[in-house]
Amino acid sequence: MEMTDNLKKLKDREKELKRQKLKNNLKLFFSNKRAVFGVVILAFFIFMAVIGPLLYDYDHFLYFLGPRVGFPTEEYKLGFDELGRDVLGAVIYGTRASLAIGIFVTLIIVFVGATFGIAAGYFGGLFDIVIMRITEAFSIIPTIPLILTLSAIIGQNFSNIILILGLTGWPSTARLVRSQTLSIKQRNYVERAKAIGAGDIYIMMKHILPNVFPLIFSNIILLVQNAIITESTLAFLGVGDPTIPTWGQLLRSAREQGAISTGSWWLFIPAGICLVLLASSFVFIGYGFDEINNPKLRRR
Amino acid sequence: MSDKLLEVQDLKTYFTITKGVVKAVDGVSFYVNKGESIGLVGESGCGKTTTALSVTKLLPNEGYIDSGKIIFDGKDITNLGDKELSNFRWKEVSMIFQGAMNALNPVKRVCDQIVEAILLHEDVTKKEAMERVKELFELVELDTNLMFSFPHEFSGGMRQRAIIAMALACNPKLIIGDEPTTALDVMVQAQILDLINDLRKKLHMSMIMITHDLSIITETCDRIAVMYAGKIVEMGNTQEVVENCFHPYTEKLINAFPNIYQERKMVDSIPGDPPDLYNPPKGCRFAPRCHKKIGDICDSVEPTLIDYSGKEHFVACHLRRNS
Repeated sequence: MEMTDNLKKLKDREKELKRQKLKNNLKLFFSNKRAVFGVVILAFFIFMAVIGPLLYDYDHFLYFLGPRVGFPTEEYKLGFDELGRDVLGAVIYGTRASLAIGIFVTLIIVFVGATFGIAAGYFGGLFDIVIMRITEAFSIIPTIPLILTLSAIIGQNFSNIILILGLTGWPSTARLVRSQTLSIKQRNYVERAKAIGAGDIYIMMKHILPNVFPLIFSNIILLVQNAIITESTLAFLGVGDPTIPTWGQLLRSAREQGAISTGSWWLFIPAGICLVLLASSFVFIGYGFDEINNPKLRRR
Repeated sequence: MSDKLLEVQDLKTYFTITKGVVKAVDGVSFYVNKGESIGLVGESGCGKTTTALSVTKLLPNEGYIDSGKIIFDGKDITNLGDKELSNFRWKEVSMIFQGAMNALNPVKRVCDQIVEAILLHEDVTKKEAMERVKELFELVELDTNLMFSFPHEFSGGMRQRAIIAMALACNPKLIIGDEPTTALDVMVQAQILDLINDLRKKLHMSMIMITHDLSIITETCDRIAVMYAGKIVEMGNTQEVVENCFHPYTEKLINAFPNIYQERKMVDSIPGDPPDLYNPPKGCRFAPRCHKKIGDICDSVEPTLIDYSGKEHFVACHLRRNS
């Protein structure tokens, strides 16, 4: 009994140390101006996505509230689009679409890419060859035409777009993960794990995944940003779910209406700025993590 | 005491390479009694590690056991299936790995890695396993306050102790130490060897110690087997072999150690290179480098291990038969 108490004490001490470490890391992260900038912007957009729709009433199917491409008014502060819809509402609701795309597409990419990457690197042989040739095929075919073709085949609703972006995005992650797996599977501790009787799945989950995770994690930031921008590009090109407001759609209608030449700034400036800010917030956060993980960049 | 725990009979372990087949271990026979420790010595690439890996069936993909038998505790384990094997490893035979620095996963806590070994083999709860880890830490004289540390917070000697604790986790009957003290400085090396010796006596385990350092063997092993080019050339009681060594290779190997009581001078080296195991020389494998060669017989007939003195001191040399 005494020993159990002892063990508990040890565990508590460990927890305390862990808390301390987390505190230090958070301090380090928030002492970084760029990181704080990124977090503030991201927090603003998350706030806009979650709370915005509760505070601001908007219906995507409510047409002709005002004139076509009408100027901003007292009530509708960002004017109207070509169908007379409220632009401010579309910008606020569009945040949801962008964040959802960023999160779900990244989840798919990380899950599929990490699974195939680790398995290909670990097992090697025919499986590795097949997976690698597939990823090569993906990297040769230009992404945008591929996605356009796929969405023409599968159909363009919101979940299909997520699926398509996810399934065309995994190969690069798989290659990255595979290369790291190749190095890690040769380490002594993997051999040791085999010696103590661990199976392949166990080794991949418990020994290789934790070691490739930092790589996956730093990749996630790029993936989220990339997914958001690609989705907007698609919407801009006219591929997307017309029933869901997105920033890309606003940009497309700006182009179709010749908004730049007519000076209808409300069609493209708000959506464009939001897109740039959201995408760059991830880059800034990435810098922050980089400085935590890479002591050489740390200023003391 | 003469119960044989492990018996290796005419073990041949080959590696397939693009050129053909490399005979890394070519007809090795030895046994380990219960509670006994045996040392395998020899230069790099003579098949020490391959022999050990064959016993635990941990050979890399290119390697395979061509023929021979490995009998552990009366059971033939040469053709064991994967499932039985993973049970056999660690519960029956465990290993202290070469280079403990790298045998611990850097992103997992030391205690978790030992718990892992216990949980994979025994039907106990995580809490019970944790208690066991604590006992093991005390056994290998590590501070239990450090249980939850990460490997990078340990020094080299501490990591080696943790690896030893892991090897003891499931009370194995046989421990294989694959150069357990390389990459450690001499002081720590001595501590670790003492620890291994004490534990072995306390827990009545058998051990196979693999090293190229004869001094480690003389300190820790009851018997010694000298390997050269995939074969055992001399085997017997450690004291007997070191004092009355007969095989010219063993003799050269012992002479290659500097004597600390004498004037400092260059130690003897063995001229020539170890043979290419892809195409080993006919006859005695040491013949091309041997300084006591007695003629054609060395180049044409392969000598066998024979106990000439009747004291279980086996030598594979034609010269011995003639004298």
